[in-house]
Amino acid sequence: MVTFKTSAGVLRARRKLAPLALLALGGCRFELFDPQGAIGEQEKSLILIASGLMLLVVIPVIILTLVFAWHYRASNTRANYQPKWHHSTAIELVVWSIPCMIVAFLGVLIWRTSHTLDPYRPLESKATPVRVEVVALDWKWLFIYPDYGVASVNRLAIPAGHPIDFKLTSQSMMNSFFIPELGSQVYAMAGMQTQLHLIADKPGTYRGLSSAFSGPGFSDMHFDTIATDERGFQQWVGQASASPLTLDKGSYATLAKPSEKNPVRIYGRVSPGLFDGIVNQYMAAPNQGATPMKAMAMRHDATASE
Amino acid sequence: MLGKLTLDAVPWHEPIIMGTGAVVALGGLAVLAALTYFRLWGPLWRDWITSVDHKKIGVMYIVLALVMLLRGFADAIMMRLQQAFAANDAAGFLPPHHYDQIFTAHGVIMIFFVATPLILGLMNVIVPLQIGARDVAFPFVNSLSFWLSAFGAVLVMASMWIGDFAATGWVAYPPLSELGYSPTTGVDYYIWSLQISGLGTTLTGINFIVTILRMRAPGMRLMQMPVFTWTALITNILIVAVFPVLTATLALLTADRYLGMHFFTNELGGNAMMYINLIWVWGHPEVYILILPAFGAFSEIVPTFSGKPLFGYKSMVYATSSIGVLSFFVWLHHFFTMGSGANVNAFFGIMTSIISIPTGVKLFNWLFTMFRGRIRYHTSVLWTVGFMVTFAVGGMTGVLLAVPGADFVLHNSLFLVAHFHNVIIGGVVFGCLAGISFWFPKVFGFTLNEFWGKVSFWCWLVGYWLAFTPLYLLGFKGMTRRMNHYDHADWHPYLIVALIGAVIIGMGILSLLIQFYVSIRDREQNRDLTGDPWDARSLEWGTASPAPFYNFAVLPEISSVEQHWADKESGRNLIQPTRYEDIHMPRNTGTGFIISAFGFVLCFAMVWHMWAIAGVSLLGVIGTFLFRAYDRDVDYWVPAAEVEAIENARYALLKKAA
Repeated sequence: MVTFKTSAGVLRARRKLAPLALLALGGCRFELFDPQGAIGEQEKSLILIASGLMLLVVIPVIILTLVFAWHYRASNTRANYQPKWHHSTAIELVVWSIPCMIVAFLGVLIWRTSHTLDPYRPLESKATPVRVEVVALDWKWLFIYPDYGVASVNRLAIPAGHPIDFKLTSQSMMNSFFIPELGSQVYAMAGMQTQLHLIADKPGTYRGLSSAFSGPGFSDMHFDTIATDERGFQQWVGQASASPLTLDKGSYATLAKPSEKNPVRIYGRVSPGLFDGIVNQYMAAPNQGATPMKAMAMRHDATASE
Repeated sequence: MLGKLTLDAVPWHEPIIMGTGAVVALGGLAVLAALTYFRLWGPLWRDWITSVDHKKIGVMYIVLALVMLLRGFADAIMMRLQQAFAANDAAGFLPPHHYDQIFTAHGVIMIFFVATPLILGLMNVIVPLQIGARDVAFPFVNSLSFWLSAFGAVLVMASMWIGDFAATGWVAYPPLSELGYSPTTGVDYYIWSLQISGLGTTLTGINFIVTILRMRAPGMRLMQMPVFTWTALITNILIVAVFPVLTATLALLTADRYLGMHFFTNELGGNAMMYINLIWVWGHPEVYILILPAFGAFSEIVPTFSGKPLFGYKSMVYATSSIGVLSFFVWLHHFFTMGSGANVNAFFGIMTSIISIPTGVKLFNWLFTMFRGRIRYHTSVLWTVGFMVTFAVGGMTGVLLAVPGADFVLHNSLFLVAHFHNVIIGGVVFGCLAGISFWFPKVFGFTLNEFWGKVSFWCWLVGYWLAFTPLYLLGFKGMTRRMNHYDHADWHPYLIVALIGAVIIGMGILSLLIQFYVSIRDREQNRDLTGDPWDARSLEWGTASPAPFYNFAVLPEISSVEQHWADKESGRNLIQPTRYEDIHMPRNTGTGFIISAFGFVLCFAMVWHMWAIAGVSLLGVIGTFLFRAYDRDVDYWVPAAEVEAIENARYALLKKAA
């Protein structure tokens, strides 16, 4: 009898169920657990190791809670009831020392990985790094390639297998530059310069976004990271250089005006020092006779520890 | 005269806001009409608004929290609906500017006007009773504190219909919250509502520290205080230490917005990082301010219903105190991703994970209190067991976020959102609801309905897990918080499940309201004649339910942590004192309410730049305060005969019950 259902009805039902079906099929890939670069790979293991370490105590606590709660219920008169018992030095020692031990392990893990995964630390690789200067604008991302003199908006092209050395700043709002499949994020902040080092192991398209709320256009502030092989990247640079658009102070000012859902745009030429100019724009007021100051780059101790 | 305020400030074109406005206006009119019809204005003014009785102030705090919970939850459900609809870059039903205000208001309301009043309400009701005091140290200041908080909440609500609220996220990071990028009155509403309520919270902190340190019953040493009072003490020390930081930070932001200064701007040497450090120097201890009293409530409930003393009392005290100290050394874990060096990140990561040691010890102590106990399953015990299981997971995800390397990919993701809801709902909310169902009879003299309490618990528990497990998973899928819409089709199913979970939590809130209604309706059947309906252990159960306005007719002599239990064992609880003395009590006063009302007008006027009105209301605040300062008629004596009559009736009831 069910077969007499109209096909339109079935379709409607299907459309309603479609998201749930997705959950069962395609929705199950967790980007952080399927990283596409060395940094993401280490962070995945770190998450798993740290979680595993803590589950050593969390799972027993949950089980003990449920077991005690059930076993010592009032209706279970066979359970041992000691209405005055409230102290045991041995148990106290154990309950203080177990978390202490786990945190000791965790502390060592934190210390080591904070240094190895430090976003400022250059990656060890035989391949030559590619430098990218990232500017968070309202509400789009600008990527400048100082070594090639080209720039792009809302699309990041990188060669797979090469470390990418990012320098980041922002025109106005705070944003966080994040490509989940490649690993670490770092904030882009106006008047400041931060650094990040990532690598993509193989070619592919990886979504990037801002993960710090920055105002009305924030939700559309995402971009595709296109990782290609060496030759593909050189081709991209070649095509980009052929673009007639030039990014200089004037066109940057136009670009920096707030806008949303910007299409990809490629600049064939970029005036040198543009990025430093953006970082330094708030630092001095030369007309008022102040001495120009260097950008307030975030000081960093990784360089010292190298 | 009216500054920036014009009729255009009302969002006439927003059907959702205007519809809500109509409902609230009609509801408000109905309440006003009912008050007039039943001639309740007099009692309302005499017994509640002007009351300085800590129990009534506590009740008003909790009522404020529950009302604001409805608003905060309405925001939550709108966010979940928006994200369930706005898949594949569909616009959803909320435009960004409205959605951004909603998630900001949700956070502000839930932290400042739900969780904080719940905690302050419970402390108000219980702490003086637990230490055998007649009231708090400064009863008028207590009334002032409450009304300042209440008018702060009114200011947040007003922003919905007059102007707008901040659209910046609940901690209002600059430069977004600076005048250049948030030119409307939204951030000003944010600033002034937090300033007025924050002042109230600071005053409460001072009040309770003095109360606990100076007004304990004769013989009660610090190490004989019930654990709830200990947690209250540490919480109030934290409040006094950090709320002034919040006040100062917001004052600097105010200077930027009103006086053209540049503390946190991009230009002219301002530094937004300074704001971010300052706000979290307040913000992280704030979460311990909220969670510690919840821990305290569990520490009272578990021994009572397990029928044995708390395991490891000293451990609990040391754990609570060390959490209080450590909470000052962790603030940077909110911004590992802002380019601090590896050493700095590692330090704050390790400090944060160290906090899990005393917290873990607390969990074990509750466990071993249940061990060899005889557990009666009152609703408050369900909340406690639900908390222990839920919080264990929340604690673990918190420590995971404290590992800088993990935070680099989890920062600001929905994993983070799931984590803090895990500890705030699973810890603070469960703790306060457990506390309410536990201590309710002490205030009102009858117990709450068990059936609806249990329905509420299961809805909250199931709803929480259904709403936030998908958010944990979405964090692993790289979804970030505060998105108005998204084009990832594979996020959609998770957000639908989360919506279902939120709806179930809504049913939990509804059951809670039904529970109050049914309990009040059936109050005669559920009277607590003994003052000790749960066979409990600490001092507050040694007086009548509802506790008389003077709390204790004769101040008890303390010789044990579980004074009431000791009294029951020796039979002393049934022996009526032979002689009563006059009792010294504070007189009710409306000045706390009036000062706060002037304060409200002052803040509202500041939001809209109505300088003249602001000036006049500031004079009102100062004038009323001076009037109060010179008022000598602030106390009175209850004659011994009146006390004796009340107490005779109580002991007659006790005999009847026995």
